Amino acid sequence: MSEEWPLYEVFVRSKHGLNHRHVGSVHAADKEMAMENARELYTRRNEGVSIWVVPSNNITASSPDEKEPLFDPSQDKVYRHASFYELPDEVGQM
Amino acid sequence: MYAQLVETGSKRVKTLEEMSPEERTFQEKVDAEIKIEPKNWMPDAYRKTLVRQISQHAHSEVVGMLPEGNWVTRAPTLKRKLQLMAKIQDEAGHGLYLYSAMETLGASRDEEIEKLHQGKAKYSSIFNYPTLNWSDMGAVGWLVDGAAIVNQVVLQRTSYGPYSRAMVRICKEESFHQRQGYQILLDMMREGTEEQKAMVQDSINRLWWPALMMFGPSDEDSPNSQQSMAWKIKRKSNDELRQMFIDQTVPQLEFLGCTAPDPDLKWNEETGHYDFGEIDWSEFYEVLKGNGPCNRERIATRKKAIDEGTWVRQAAKAYADKKQQKQRDAA
Ligand SMILES: [Fe+2]
Ligand SMILES: [Fe+2]
Repeated sequence: MSEEWPLYEVFVRSKHGLNHRHVGSVHAADKEMAMENARELYTRRNEGVSIWVVPSNNITASSPDEKEPLFDPSQDKVYRHASFYELPDEVGQM
Repeated sequence: MYAQLVETGSKRVKTLEEMSPEERTFQEKVDAEIKIEPKNWMPDAYRKTLVRQISQHAHSEVVGMLPEGNWVTRAPTLKRKLQLMAKIQDEAGHGLYLYSAMETLGASRDEEIEKLHQGKAKYSSIFNYPTLNWSDMGAVGWLVDGAAIVNQVVLQRTSYGPYSRAMVRICKEESFHQRQGYQILLDMMREGTEEQKAMVQDSINRLWWPALMMFGPSDEDSPNSQQSMAWKIKRKSNDELRQMFIDQTVPQLEFLGCTAPDPDLKWNEETGHYDFGEIDWSEFYEVLKGNGPCNRERIATRKKAIDEGTWVRQAAKAYADKKQQKQRDAA
Protein backbone atom coordinates (compact mmCIF):
# COMPACT_ATOMS: atom_id res chain seq x y z
CA MET A 1 0.00 0.00 0.00
CA SER A 2 1.33 3.40 -0.96
CA GLU A 3 2.02 6.29 1.37
CA GLU A 4 -1.19 7.86 2.68
CA TRP A 5 -1.95 11.41 1.50
CA PRO A 6 -1.81 13.98 4.31
CA LEU A 7 -4.94 14.95 6.20
CA TYR A 8 -6.56 18.42 6.03
CA GLU A 9 -9.23 19.80 8.35
CA VAL A 10 -12.11 21.49 6.57
CA PHE A 11 -13.95 24.64 7.73
CA VAL A 12 -17.01 25.98 5.94
CA ARG A 13 -18.71 29.37 6.16
CA SER A 14 -22.32 28.48 5.56
CA LYS A 15 -23.61 32.01 4.96
CA HIS A 16 -22.18 35.48 4.57
CA GLY A 17 -21.83 37.03 7.98
CA LEU A 18 -21.24 33.75 9.85
CA ASN A 19 -17.99 32.24 11.12
CA HIS A 20 -16.30 29.32 9.45
CA ARG A 21 -17.17 26.09 11.21
CA HIS A 22 -15.25 22.82 11.35
CA VAL A 23 -17.08 20.15 9.32
CA GLY A 24 -14.61 17.26 8.99
CA SER A 25 -11.47 16.33 7.12
CA VAL A 26 -10.17 15.15 3.75
CA HIS A 27 -7.02 13.46 2.49
CA ALA A 28 -5.24 15.15 -0.41
CA ALA A 29 -1.82 15.26 -2.05
CA ASP A 30 -1.64 19.05 -1.75
CA LYS A 31 -3.68 22.05 -0.65
CA GLU A 32 -5.25 22.64 -4.07
CA MET A 33 -6.54 19.09 -4.14
CA ALA A 34 -7.65 19.41 -0.52
CA MET A 35 -9.78 22.38 -1.57
CA GLU A 36 -11.32 20.47 -4.49
CA ASN A 37 -12.02 17.42 -2.36
CA ALA A 38 -13.54 19.55 0.40
CA ARG A 39 -15.82 21.26 -2.10
CA GLU A 40 -16.93 17.94 -3.52
CA LEU A 41 -17.43 16.33 -0.12
CA TYR A 42 -18.83 19.04 2.13
CA THR A 43 -20.67 21.50 -0.12
CA ARG A 44 -22.70 19.43 -2.58
CA ARG A 45 -25.95 21.18 -1.64
CA ASN A 46 -25.18 24.88 -1.16
CA GLU A 47 -23.80 24.29 2.32
CA GLY A 48 -21.23 27.02 2.00
CA VAL A 49 -19.98 30.26 0.54
CA SER A 50 -16.37 29.87 1.65
CA ILE A 51 -14.03 27.00 2.56
CA TRP A 52 -10.78 26.85 4.53
CA VAL A 53 -8.54 23.78 4.44
CA VAL A 54 -5.75 23.48 7.01
CA PRO A 55 -3.16 20.69 7.29
CA SER A 56 -4.28 18.75 10.38
CA ASN A 57 -0.79 18.64 11.83
CA ASN A 58 -0.68 22.45 11.85
CA ILE A 59 -3.48 22.67 14.37
CA THR A 60 -2.62 23.10 18.03
CA ALA A 61 -5.51 22.00 20.23
CA SER A 62 -6.06 22.53 23.93
CA SER A 63 -5.99 19.32 25.89
CA PRO A 64 -9.05 18.31 27.92
CA ASP A 65 -6.76 17.50 30.89
CA GLU A 66 -5.72 21.14 31.07
CA LYS A 67 -9.30 22.32 31.01
CA GLU A 68 -9.19 23.66 34.56
CA PRO A 69 -5.96 25.69 34.50
CA LEU A 70 -6.82 26.90 30.98
CA PHE A 71 -10.34 28.13 31.57
CA ASP A 72 -10.32 28.80 35.32
CA PRO A 73 -8.93 32.35 35.07
CA SER A 74 -12.08 33.45 33.22
CA GLN A 75 -14.42 32.12 35.89
CA ASP A 76 -13.83 34.57 38.71
CA LYS A 77 -13.96 37.73 36.62
CA VAL A 78 -17.61 38.51 36.97
CA TYR A 79 -16.91 42.16 36.25
CA ARG A 80 -16.41 41.17 32.59
CA HIS A 81 -20.14 40.60 32.23
CA ALA A 82 -22.67 43.40 31.73
CA SER A 83 -24.96 41.82 34.33
CA PHE A 84 -22.40 42.73 37.03
CA TYR A 85 -23.25 46.42 36.77
CA GLU A 86 -26.58 47.24 38.34
CA LEU A 87 -28.19 50.49 37.31
CA PRO A 88 -31.34 52.19 38.61
CA ASP A 89 -34.50 51.39 36.66
CA GLU A 90 -34.92 55.04 35.72
CA VAL A 91 -31.85 54.84 33.46
CA GLY A 92 -33.76 52.49 31.18
CA GLN A 93 -32.25 50.00 28.74
CA MET A 94 -28.47 50.07 28.41
CA MET B 1 -27.34 -2.94 10.52
CA TYR B 2 -24.77 -1.08 8.42
CA ALA B 3 -22.70 -2.44 11.27
CA GLN B 4 -24.57 -5.67 11.95
CA LEU B 5 -22.26 -7.51 14.30
CA VAL B 6 -19.75 -5.53 16.28
CA GLU B 7 -17.56 -7.37 18.76
CA THR B 8 -17.08 -5.36 21.97
CA GLY B 9 -14.82 -7.83 23.73
CA SER B 10 -17.15 -8.12 26.70
CA LYS B 11 -20.28 -10.11 27.37
CA ARG B 12 -21.04 -8.38 30.65
CA VAL B 13 -21.22 -4.71 31.52
CA LYS B 14 -19.11 -3.55 34.48
CA THR B 15 -20.88 -1.81 37.33
CA LEU B 16 -19.75 1.70 38.30
CA GLU B 17 -18.16 0.19 41.46
CA GLU B 18 -16.01 -2.17 39.42
CA MET B 19 -14.61 0.63 37.26
CA SER B 20 -11.36 2.53 37.66
CA PRO B 21 -11.81 6.22 38.53
CA GLU B 22 -11.12 7.23 34.91
CA GLU B 23 -13.59 4.70 33.59
CA ARG B 24 -16.22 5.85 36.04
CA THR B 25 -15.83 9.51 35.04
CA PHE B 26 -16.13 8.43 31.41
CA GLN B 27 -19.24 6.33 32.01
CA GLU B 28 -20.89 9.07 34.05
CA LYS B 29 -20.34 11.48 31.17
CA VAL B 30 -21.89 9.02 28.74
CA ASP B 31 -24.83 8.46 31.12
CA ALA B 32 -25.36 12.22 31.30
CA GLU B 33 -25.44 12.39 27.46
CA ILE B 34 -22.23 14.43 27.32
CA LYS B 35 -20.45 13.69 24.03
CA ILE B 36 -17.04 12.09 24.09
CA GLU B 37 -14.56 13.98 21.92
CA PRO B 38 -11.33 12.71 20.29
CA LYS B 39 -8.93 14.04 22.94
CA ASN B 40 -11.00 12.86 25.93
CA TRP B 41 -9.90 9.81 27.87
CA MET B 42 -11.82 6.69 26.83
CA PRO B 43 -11.55 2.98 27.65
CA ASP B 44 -9.46 1.07 25.17
CA ALA B 45 -12.33 -1.29 24.41
CA TYR B 46 -14.63 1.66 23.63
CA ARG B 47 -12.09 3.03 21.16
CA LYS B 48 -11.53 -0.36 19.51
CA THR B 49 -15.22 -1.15 19.28
CA LEU B 50 -15.95 2.25 17.75
CA VAL B 51 -13.21 1.83 15.15
CA ARG B 52 -14.77 -1.52 14.26
CA GLN B 53 -18.28 -0.12 14.13
CA ILE B 54 -17.50 3.08 12.22
CA SER B 55 -15.25 1.29 9.74
CA GLN B 56 -17.96 -1.35 9.10
CA HIS B 57 -20.39 1.46 8.56
CA ALA B 58 -18.00 3.28 6.19
CA HIS B 59 -17.21 0.10 4.24
CA SER B 60 -20.96 -0.48 3.83
CA GLU B 61 -21.44 2.95 2.30
CA VAL B 62 -18.57 2.36 -0.11
CA VAL B 63 -19.42 -1.22 -1.11
CA GLY B 64 -23.05 -0.08 -1.24
CA MET B 65 -22.22 1.99 -4.33
CA LEU B 66 -21.52 -1.14 -6.37
CA PRO B 67 -25.03 -2.65 -6.75
CA GLU B 68 -26.27 0.75 -7.92
CA GLY B 69 -23.23 1.51 -10.05
CA ASN B 70 -24.32 -1.53 -12.04
CA TRP B 71 -27.30 0.46 -13.36
CA VAL B 72 -25.83 3.89 -14.15
CA THR B 73 -25.28 3.09 -17.82
CA ARG B 74 -28.63 1.35 -18.06
CA ALA B 75 -30.92 3.87 -16.40
CA PRO B 76 -34.05 4.30 -18.53
CA THR B 77 -33.87 8.10 -18.86
CA LEU B 78 -31.30 10.85 -18.45
CA LYS B 79 -33.24 12.19 -15.46
CA ARG B 80 -33.04 8.82 -13.68
CA LYS B 81 -29.38 8.51 -14.55
CA LEU B 82 -28.55 11.90 -13.02
CA GLN B 83 -30.53 11.07 -9.88
CA LEU B 84 -28.81 7.73 -9.53
CA MET B 85 -25.37 9.27 -9.96
CA ALA B 86 -26.16 11.93 -7.36
CA LYS B 87 -27.26 9.25 -4.91
CA ILE B 88 -24.15 7.16 -5.52
CA GLN B 89 -21.92 10.19 -5.03
CA ASP B 90 -23.70 10.85 -1.72
CA GLU B 91 -22.87 7.29 -0.63
CA ALA B 92 -19.20 7.91 -1.43
CA GLY B 93 -19.49 11.03 0.69
CA HIS B 94 -21.07 9.05 3.54
CA GLY B 95 -18.15 6.65 3.44
CA LEU B 96 -15.71 9.55 3.62
CA TYR B 97 -17.49 11.34 6.49
CA LEU B 98 -17.30 8.08 8.41
CA TYR B 99 -13.66 7.27 7.62
CA SER B 100 -12.89 10.81 8.71
CA ALA B 101 -14.73 10.24 12.03
CA MET B 102 -12.88 6.94 12.43
CA GLU B 103 -9.51 8.62 11.95
CA THR B 104 -10.16 10.89 14.92
CA LEU B 105 -9.81 7.71 17.01
CA GLY B 106 -6.26 7.22 15.76
CA ALA B 107 -7.10 4.54 13.18
CA SER B 108 -5.57 4.62 9.70
CA ARG B 109 -7.88 4.70 6.72
CA ASP B 110 -5.53 2.67 4.52
CA GLU B 111 -5.13 0.00 7.18
CA GLU B 112 -8.86 -0.36 7.72
CA ILE B 113 -9.50 -0.58 3.98
CA GLU B 114 -6.79 -3.20 3.73
CA LYS B 115 -8.66 -5.23 6.38
CA LEU B 116 -11.78 -5.06 4.24
CA HIS B 117 -9.88 -6.37 1.24
CA GLN B 118 -8.43 -9.23 3.26
CA GLY B 119 -11.90 -10.23 4.40
CA LYS B 120 -11.11 -9.30 8.03
CA ALA B 121 -13.59 -6.41 8.20
CA LYS B 122 -17.30 -6.72 7.63
CA TYR B 123 -19.81 -4.59 5.78
CA SER B 124 -23.59 -4.86 5.57
CA SER B 125 -24.83 -8.20 4.24
CA ILE B 126 -27.40 -6.46 2.01
CA PHE B 127 -24.80 -5.39 -0.54
CA ASN B 128 -23.94 -8.98 -1.35
CA TYR B 129 -27.19 -9.44 -3.26
CA PRO B 130 -27.27 -8.74 -7.00
CA THR B 131 -29.33 -5.97 -8.63
CA LEU B 132 -30.96 -7.77 -11.54
CA ASN B 133 -33.34 -5.27 -13.07
CA TRP B 134 -34.14 -1.56 -13.04
CA SER B 135 -36.84 -1.87 -10.42
CA ASP B 136 -34.11 -3.09 -8.05
CA MET B 137 -32.87 0.52 -8.05
CA GLY B 138 -36.29 1.50 -6.77
CA ALA B 139 -36.43 -1.27 -4.19
CA VAL B 140 -32.88 -0.59 -2.97
CA GLY B 141 -33.58 3.12 -2.49
CA TRP B 142 -36.87 2.49 -0.76
CA LEU B 143 -36.05 -0.56 1.38
CA VAL B 144 -32.27 -0.47 1.88
CA ASP B 145 -31.91 3.27 2.37
CA GLY B 146 -35.18 3.16 4.33
CA ALA B 147 -33.70 0.61 6.73
CA ALA B 148 -30.48 2.61 6.89
CA ILE B 149 -32.45 5.73 7.87
CA VAL B 150 -34.20 3.96 10.75
CA ASN B 151 -30.82 2.94 12.10
CA GLN B 152 -28.99 6.17 11.41
CA VAL B 153 -31.60 8.47 12.86
CA VAL B 154 -31.05 6.95 16.31
CA LEU B 155 -27.28 6.96 15.83
CA GLN B 156 -27.35 10.76 15.63
CA ARG B 157 -27.48 10.52 19.43
CA THR B 158 -24.47 8.22 19.68
CA SER B 159 -21.99 9.11 22.45
CA TYR B 160 -18.95 9.77 20.26
CA GLY B 161 -19.03 13.36 18.97
CA PRO B 162 -17.46 12.97 15.50
CA TYR B 163 -19.60 9.86 14.77
CA SER B 164 -22.75 11.63 15.88
CA ARG B 165 -21.99 14.67 13.73
CA ALA B 166 -21.30 12.48 10.70
CA MET B 167 -24.70 10.83 11.28
CA VAL B 168 -26.49 14.18 11.38
CA ARG B 169 -24.95 15.10 8.05
CA ILE B 170 -25.78 11.70 6.54
CA CYS B 171 -29.39 11.73 7.72
CA LYS B 172 -29.96 15.06 6.00
CA GLU B 173 -29.01 13.46 2.69
CA GLU B 174 -30.74 10.10 3.05
CA SER B 175 -34.35 11.06 2.62
CA PHE B 176 -33.72 12.01 -1.01
CA HIS B 177 -32.35 8.48 -1.52
CA GLN B 178 -35.42 6.78 -0.17
CA ARG B 179 -37.87 9.05 -2.00
CA GLN B 180 -36.19 8.65 -5.37
CA GLY B 181 -36.32 4.86 -4.89
CA TYR B 182 -39.97 4.80 -3.93
CA GLN B 183 -40.83 7.08 -6.83
CA ILE B 184 -39.18 4.70 -9.30
CA LEU B 185 -41.48 1.94 -8.03
CA LEU B 186 -44.56 4.18 -7.97
CA ASP B 187 -43.98 5.20 -11.58
CA MET B 188 -43.62 1.60 -12.65
CA MET B 189 -46.75 0.53 -10.78
CA ARG B 190 -48.86 3.44 -12.06
CA GLU B 191 -47.72 3.74 -15.64
CA GLY B 192 -45.88 0.51 -16.28
CA THR B 193 -46.81 -2.50 -18.40
CA GLU B 194 -47.81 -5.77 -16.77
CA GLU B 195 -44.22 -6.98 -17.16
CA GLN B 196 -42.89 -3.87 -15.46
CA LYS B 197 -45.32 -4.26 -12.57
CA ALA B 198 -44.25 -7.87 -12.21
CA MET B 199 -40.66 -6.67 -12.10
CA VAL B 200 -41.45 -4.45 -9.10
CA GLN B 201 -43.02 -7.34 -7.22
CA ASP B 202 -40.05 -9.53 -8.10
CA SER B 203 -37.61 -6.95 -6.71
CA ILE B 204 -39.58 -6.77 -3.47
CA ASN B 205 -39.70 -10.56 -3.23
CA ARG B 206 -35.93 -10.80 -3.50
CA LEU B 207 -34.96 -7.81 -1.34
CA TRP B 208 -37.58 -7.91 1.44
CA TRP B 209 -35.91 -10.47 3.70
CA PRO B 210 -32.34 -9.27 3.10
CA ALA B 211 -33.53 -5.74 4.04
CA LEU B 212 -34.94 -7.07 7.34
CA MET B 213 -31.62 -8.82 7.99
CA MET B 214 -29.86 -5.45 7.82
CA PHE B 215 -30.78 -4.85 11.46
CA GLY B 216 -28.63 -7.78 12.56
CA PRO B 217 -29.38 -10.87 14.67
CA SER B 218 -32.36 -10.88 16.98
CA ASP B 219 -31.78 -9.53 20.48
CA GLU B 220 -31.27 -12.88 22.19
CA ASP B 221 -28.41 -13.57 19.76
CA SER B 222 -26.69 -10.22 20.21
CA PRO B 223 -24.31 -10.76 23.13
CA ASN B 224 -22.42 -7.54 22.42
CA SER B 225 -25.48 -5.32 22.47
CA GLN B 226 -25.52 -4.70 26.21
CA GLN B 227 -22.05 -3.18 26.30
CA SER B 228 -22.72 -1.14 23.15
CA MET B 229 -25.94 0.17 24.69
CA ALA B 230 -24.15 1.09 27.94
CA TRP B 231 -21.59 3.02 25.90
CA LYS B 232 -24.44 4.54 23.86
CA ILE B 233 -22.82 3.64 20.58
CA LYS B 234 -26.00 1.69 19.99
CA ARG B 235 -29.23 3.32 21.08
CA LYS B 236 -31.96 0.83 20.26
CA SER B 237 -31.93 -2.94 19.98
CA ASN B 238 -31.90 -4.77 16.64
CA ASP B 239 -35.42 -6.10 17.12
CA GLU B 240 -36.81 -2.71 18.11
CA LEU B 241 -35.34 -1.08 15.01
CA ARG B 242 -36.54 -3.91 12.77
CA GLN B 243 -40.07 -3.54 14.12
CA MET B 244 -40.00 0.23 13.57
CA PHE B 245 -38.94 -0.33 9.98
CA ILE B 246 -41.65 -2.89 9.29
CA ASP B 247 -44.35 -0.75 10.88
CA GLN B 248 -43.50 2.23 8.72
CA THR B 249 -42.87 0.26 5.52
CA VAL B 250 -45.93 -1.99 5.23
CA PRO B 251 -48.39 0.87 4.56
CA GLN B 252 -46.05 2.11 1.81
CA LEU B 253 -45.94 -1.41 0.40
CA GLU B 254 -49.72 -1.55 0.34
CA PHE B 255 -49.92 1.86 -1.30
CA LEU B 256 -47.76 0.50 -4.11
CA GLY B 257 -50.22 -2.33 -4.52
CA CYS B 258 -47.56 -4.94 -3.85
CA THR B 259 -47.11 -7.69 -1.26
CA ALA B 260 -44.28 -8.95 0.94
CA PRO B 261 -43.02 -12.53 0.53
CA ASP B 262 -44.14 -13.29 4.09
CA PRO B 263 -47.47 -15.08 4.70
CA ASP B 264 -47.23 -14.28 8.43
CA LEU B 265 -47.08 -10.53 7.93
CA LYS B 266 -50.21 -9.00 9.42
CA TRP B 267 -51.38 -6.14 11.62
CA ASN B 268 -51.75 -7.02 15.27
CA GLU B 269 -54.49 -4.92 16.84
CA GLU B 270 -53.38 -5.83 20.37
CA THR B 271 -49.70 -4.87 20.12
CA GLY B 272 -50.22 -2.05 17.66
CA HIS B 273 -47.46 -3.49 15.48
CA TYR B 274 -47.16 -5.79 12.50
CA ASP B 275 -46.40 -9.45 13.22
CA PHE B 276 -43.99 -11.05 10.80
CA GLY B 277 -42.48 -14.44 10.01
CA GLU B 278 -39.18 -15.96 11.13
CA ILE B 279 -36.06 -14.67 9.36
CA ASP B 280 -33.81 -17.30 7.78
CA TRP B 281 -30.81 -16.68 10.02
CA SER B 282 -28.71 -19.39 8.39
CA GLU B 283 -28.78 -17.32 5.18
CA PHE B 284 -27.79 -14.21 7.14
CA TYR B 285 -24.76 -15.88 8.75
CA GLU B 286 -23.70 -17.47 5.46
CA VAL B 287 -23.72 -14.08 3.71
CA LEU B 288 -21.84 -12.52 6.63
CA LYS B 289 -19.25 -15.29 6.43
CA GLY B 290 -18.59 -14.37 2.82
CA ASN B 291 -20.81 -16.87 1.04
CA GLY B 292 -23.54 -14.59 -0.30
CA PRO B 293 -24.26 -14.38 -4.03
CA CYS B 294 -21.89 -11.43 -4.62
CA ASN B 295 -19.38 -11.30 -1.71
CA ARG B 296 -16.35 -12.27 -3.78
CA GLU B 297 -17.28 -10.04 -6.67
CA ARG B 298 -17.79 -7.01 -4.41
CA ILE B 299 -14.42 -7.30 -2.70
CA ALA B 300 -12.66 -8.04 -5.97
CA THR B 301 -14.18 -4.89 -7.50
CA ARG B 302 -13.14 -2.73 -4.54
CA LYS B 303 -9.63 -4.15 -4.58
CA LYS B 304 -9.30 -3.62 -8.30
CA ALA B 305 -10.38 0.01 -7.97
CA ILE B 306 -7.77 0.68 -5.28
CA ASP B 307 -5.01 -1.26 -7.02
CA GLU B 308 -5.55 0.30 -10.41
CA GLY B 309 -5.67 3.77 -8.87
CA THR B 310 -2.33 3.33 -7.11
CA TRP B 311 -0.28 4.98 -9.85
CA VAL B 312 -2.62 7.97 -9.88
CA ARG B 313 -2.22 8.51 -6.14
CA GLN B 314 1.54 8.08 -6.39
CA ALA B 315 1.77 10.52 -9.29
CA ALA B 316 -0.29 13.13 -7.46
CA LYS B 317 1.94 12.76 -4.41
CA ALA B 318 5.12 13.00 -6.47
CA TYR B 319 3.80 16.10 -8.20
CA ALA B 320 2.87 17.71 -4.88
CA ASP B 321 6.29 16.92 -3.39
CA LYS B 322 8.06 18.37 -6.43
CA LYS B 323 5.99 21.52 -6.33
CA GLN B 324 6.76 21.97 -2.65
CA GLN B 325 10.46 21.46 -3.29
CA LYS B 326 10.38 24.15 -6.00
CA GLN B 327 8.68 26.59 -3.66
CA ARG B 328 11.31 25.87 -1.02
CA ASP B 329 14.15 26.40 -3.52
CA ALA B 330 12.64 29.69 -4.67
CA ALA B 331 12.33 30.97 -1.11
FE1 LIG C 1 -25.59 6.30 2.91
FE1 LIG D 1 -28.30 6.31 1.09
